[in-house]
Amino acid sequence: MSNKIDLTLNINGQDHAVSVEPRKTLVDAIREDCALTGTHIGCEHGVCGACTVIVGGEAVRSCLMFAVQAQGKPIRTVEGLASGKTLHPLQRSFMAHHGLQCGFCTPGFLMLAVNTLEKNPAIGDEELLDVLSSNLCRCTGYQNIILAVKAAREDMRTKEEAVAG
Amino acid sequence: MKPPPFQYHDPKTLAEAVGLLGTLDNAKLLAGGQSLMPMLNMRFVLPDHVIDLNLVEGMAGIKETDGVLEIGAMTRQRELEFSDLVAAKCPLLHQALMHVGHRQTRNRGTIGGSLCHLDPAAELVTVCMAHDATIAVAGPGGTREIAFADFPAGYLTPAIELNEIVTAIRIPVWPAGHKAAFIEFSRRHGDFAIVSAAALLQIDGGRITRASLTIGGVAVAPVRATEVEQAIVGQAPTSELFAKVCESCRSFEAMADIHASAEYRQHLAVVLARRALEKAADLADNAPWNRAH
Ligand SMILES: Cc1cc2nc3c(=O)[nH]c(=O)nc-3n(C[C@@H](O)[C@H](O)[C@H](O)COP(=O)(O)OP(=O)(O)OC[C@H]3O[C@@H](n4cnc5c(N)ncnc54)[C@H](O)[C@@H]3O)c2cc1C
Ligand code: FES
Ligand code: FES
Repeated sequence: MSNKIDLTLNINGQDHAVSVEPRKTLVDAIREDCALTGTHIGCEHGVCGACTVIVGGEAVRSCLMFAVQAQGKPIRTVEGLASGKTLHPLQRSFMAHHGLQCGFCTPGFLMLAVNTLEKNPAIGDEELLDVLSSNLCRCTGYQNIILAVKAAREDMRTKEEAVAG
Repeated sequence: MKPPPFQYHDPKTLAEAVGLLGTLDNAKLLAGGQSLMPMLNMRFVLPDHVIDLNLVEGMAGIKETDGVLEIGAMTRQRELEFSDLVAAKCPLLHQALMHVGHRQTRNRGTIGGSLCHLDPAAELVTVCMAHDATIAVAGPGGTREIAFADFPAGYLTPAIELNEIVTAIRIPVWPAGHKAAFIEFSRRHGDFAIVSAAALLQIDGGRITRASLTIGGVAVAPVRATEVEQAIVGQAPTSELFAKVCESCRSFEAMADIHASAEYRQHLAVVLARRALEKAADLADNAPWNRAH
């Protein structure tokens, strides 16, 4: 009864042809069928945010979506942040400000923060805190994650201004 | 934790979806998936068929006609949150949305899904009760409308038939200049509320001319505090008045669970009712609980 469906998932600009049961969640398809294990799985019921990826321009919890639903939509995962050996400003900022310890929550936080800052580089502190409060971290106590994202916000803003000017 | 096997259907029209729902056995509708997917992952629900509404044409959108805000069932919570029309015409809905989960869950979660899931503390359910909304449904026999007071049939159970789909939510808007306040008490920001309160007030010439007060999370569905509503209409809004009349909320029948006892819920009902009214009437600007944190 649960026949496999053939789909194409476009992840970080690359097409992945996969054959999955409809019940397969997006995060499982990304990890198991596309072999991109940078996206982590924590709770599998929407609470922790470890599985956050960007689908069609919006940050979503990929454990709460079926792979078949992501067909035809661009998907971005943590693997797509760095370009070659150059890390994304947010990744560098997480390193500089100790925004991670064990690193399990980091891919989720990075994708959430990237999506948030790209949509609104001028986001205020209060709204930023509200957005970041959706993901769980068991190590850092959050303060350094917040610091790292705020620093990257300034960094990305200056870049934008430089480009604009 | 993996969802059970099922057959997947992705209809493109409402008629097709209604047809599938009417003919398939043990089928479940999938909207934003932000409540259904956890239940599938934990195998609390075991459907043989999942009918995905995400590709159905014409089920999302927000418009206002003749003083009624009509919202398609598949409209994302995020779209409502950023809608200027909603913010202008239905400030209560706008305020309540900020308490519904998180940005990632609002990106997918829909208004129809929230109402049909019918969590006792769901903010959008409380808003619909406060606004005397009407729910439009479609089934094999055609379409019908349900007054929101009749919509909750029990715990997590809307009063729709197994073969019916909610298509739209109609919210009669209050006149321009009305006051609205939505507040809630939860253990952590973004969690479901333990108790919430929604207040709508119209104040003309220093007196309350119309009032709506709804308490969510106390019983299986939100309750209207009609005693309070009646007692404050015709009066000047003051903290003393609100404190006195909101005591009646202590007599609400309340549920108990691991989060809170019935007595605690009743206590919260009294406190939040007063605070919501004070906030709506602009009497709470300096209240400690009303400061940004
Ligand atoms: C971490 C987290 C925190 C959350 N916090 C809150 C919160 O604070 N407040 C809150 O209210 N919610 C909260 N939620 C739940 C909320 O996000 C969901 O969006 C909502 O409850 C369900 O909407 P949905 O569109 O995701 O529906 P789904 O999960 O897809 O469906 C829910 C139910 O409704 C049925 N259904 C859906 N659409 C229709 C329709 N058109 N006609 C008939 N039946 C239909 C489905 O079959 C299913 O039974 C939270 C969820 C998560 C994961
Ligand atoms: S694994 Fe998806 S939210 Fe926890
Ligand atoms: S760094 Fe370990 S969970 Fe966040």
